[in-house]
Amino acid sequence: MSEILVLVDHVDGSVRKTTTELLTLARRLGEPSAVFIGPGIDAAREVLASYGAEKVYVLEAADLVDYLVAPKAEALTQLVERTSPAAVLVPSTPEGREVAARLAVKTGSGLITDAVDVQPGDPDATTTQSVFAGGYTVTATVTAGTPIIVVKPNAATPEPAQGAGAEERVEVTVSDAARAARIVKREPRTKSGRPELTEAEIVVSGGRGTGGDFTEVEALADALGAAVGASRAAVDSGWYPHSYQVGQTGKTVSPQLYLATGISGAIQHRAGMQTAKTIVAVNKDADAPIFELVDFGVVGDLRQVLPQATQEIERRKG
Amino acid sequence: MRIVVCVKHVPDATGKRSFDPADNTVDRAGVDGLLSELDEYPVEEALRLAGDDGEVVVLTVGPDRALDAARKALQMGAHAVVHVCDDAVAGSDAPATSLVLAKAVQKVGSTGDPVDLVLCGMASTDGAMGVVPAMLAERLGIPQVTYAVEVSVDGDTVTVRRDGDVATETVEATLPVLVSVTDQINEPRYPSFKGIMAAKKKPVQTWSLDDLGIDADEVGLAAAWTRVTAVAARPPRSQGTVVTDEGDGGTRLAAFLADQKFI
Repeated sequence: MSEILVLVDHVDGSVRKTTTELLTLARRLGEPSAVFIGPGIDAAREVLASYGAEKVYVLEAADLVDYLVAPKAEALTQLVERTSPAAVLVPSTPEGREVAARLAVKTGSGLITDAVDVQPGDPDATTTQSVFAGGYTVTATVTAGTPIIVVKPNAATPEPAQGAGAEERVEVTVSDAARAARIVKREPRTKSGRPELTEAEIVVSGGRGTGGDFTEVEALADALGAAVGASRAAVDSGWYPHSYQVGQTGKTVSPQLYLATGISGAIQHRAGMQTAKTIVAVNKDADAPIFELVDFGVVGDLRQVLPQATQEIERRKG
Repeated sequence: MRIVVCVKHVPDATGKRSFDPADNTVDRAGVDGLLSELDEYPVEEALRLAGDDGEVVVLTVGPDRALDAARKALQMGAHAVVHVCDDAVAGSDAPATSLVLAKAVQKVGSTGDPVDLVLCGMASTDGAMGVVPAMLAERLGIPQVTYAVEVSVDGDTVTVRRDGDVATETVEATLPVLVSVTDQINEPRYPSFKGIMAAKKKPVQTWSLDDLGIDADEVGLAAAWTRVTAVAARPPRSQGTVVTDEGDGGTRLAAFLADQKFI
């Protein structure tokens, strides 16, 4: 069977859920090989094999993590040239997208970004994308080189399947040019203790209607075990950090359930959440465009509705 | 300091965007176009970094109408426009677009002072792939620093604060550098009346693929490395239940969530 490379998304070996989704998708196309760049393989090995990685390529070098994108793209290019995979699957993080972009140019390969589904095709994999704020569904294939497919979070449900996980250390060479943009300082974001926004099953977002107070939004999110998001209006007002922004210039989310509270639903916001399976909104304005999308909506003051919903959820959970 | 800013003319997101059924490309004729909102930020940043002595050259690729987008950048204060306009470019994918941009940046640099900085928006508002800046840096062989929220230049050194995936990072690189900026970096100015009048006299150069030494068969829809096999309008979401809160809105919301097995 043909080899499918999966670029592992991890933080010091802690493998993100998107990687297990990609390994699950890769099994549809061929035999998954995980590509692990950076330190921390000891923490990752078991997870990668348990989601079907037949091989685990470990690319370990200090040079690969202290610089932006370019060294990782060079390393991955060398691996692609050596293994001639049938496809390369990359997680849809900003870095993943850019590594994929450079890999595409280096190898003369077609690149598809933000795939929400990948299916085996004859001969090449077929992808599904959701474009123009979710208004259109596009299917596409790669016609040159090695298909390089950047896959969005929640494109598949991770399914465990034991793979051999045969580990291979790979020596890669990194050019001086690739070391030209050096990270001189890192300030890790404070962790909220909530699920990661793009990976979460449920997202509760607040907008202008919160008036700057996210207490009720956060309480509802915690009752549901959800991530918290924010609209651009809320972020621009300085009410919530930009890393939580949902929409065109923030994160794109495809959760099972999206609750928009105090968000009118401008096209830029819809671009970031319209592929959610179930959409719920709470807004004072009955004419807010967000209500055009909802499965369930409440016209009312979120300050009344949210605490009551939170209380009722806690009661039902017992 | 000489800065090239890449800008894109895109269909208005508030208009009815669609695809051309003949070739599955974005329908750019049927809807009003404008300067991609996310490209106003690099224009603003370029003007700030260039100061009084620097030069800001705006580069755009597209049909005649694409010049409208570049003109807005001139009205904001950019000094000159390079417009790559060639029928053969139509339908180009991201790798081909980055090729055209790279050749054009090189040509700008070979006429006059070398280019110190290439600025881009974080993504376009239509294709929204967010990959052209990285591809362009790759083709130019210069460092890339993307998703900048703060840029400063001191001598030959560019320092950028950026929103990384898990951390806020400070990155240093030596000019020339390609930087893409987010919408968090600044507040783009509105063109003033004076700016609008002055823009009419600013130089606009139009280059063809020939001028850039690119063969027509290297770009365009036929040369794309990907193929769209089908395009379908997503059926509009059928509106569900919307209730007005009469003191029990929260309870009813929770009941809906329980019904859908979210609790």
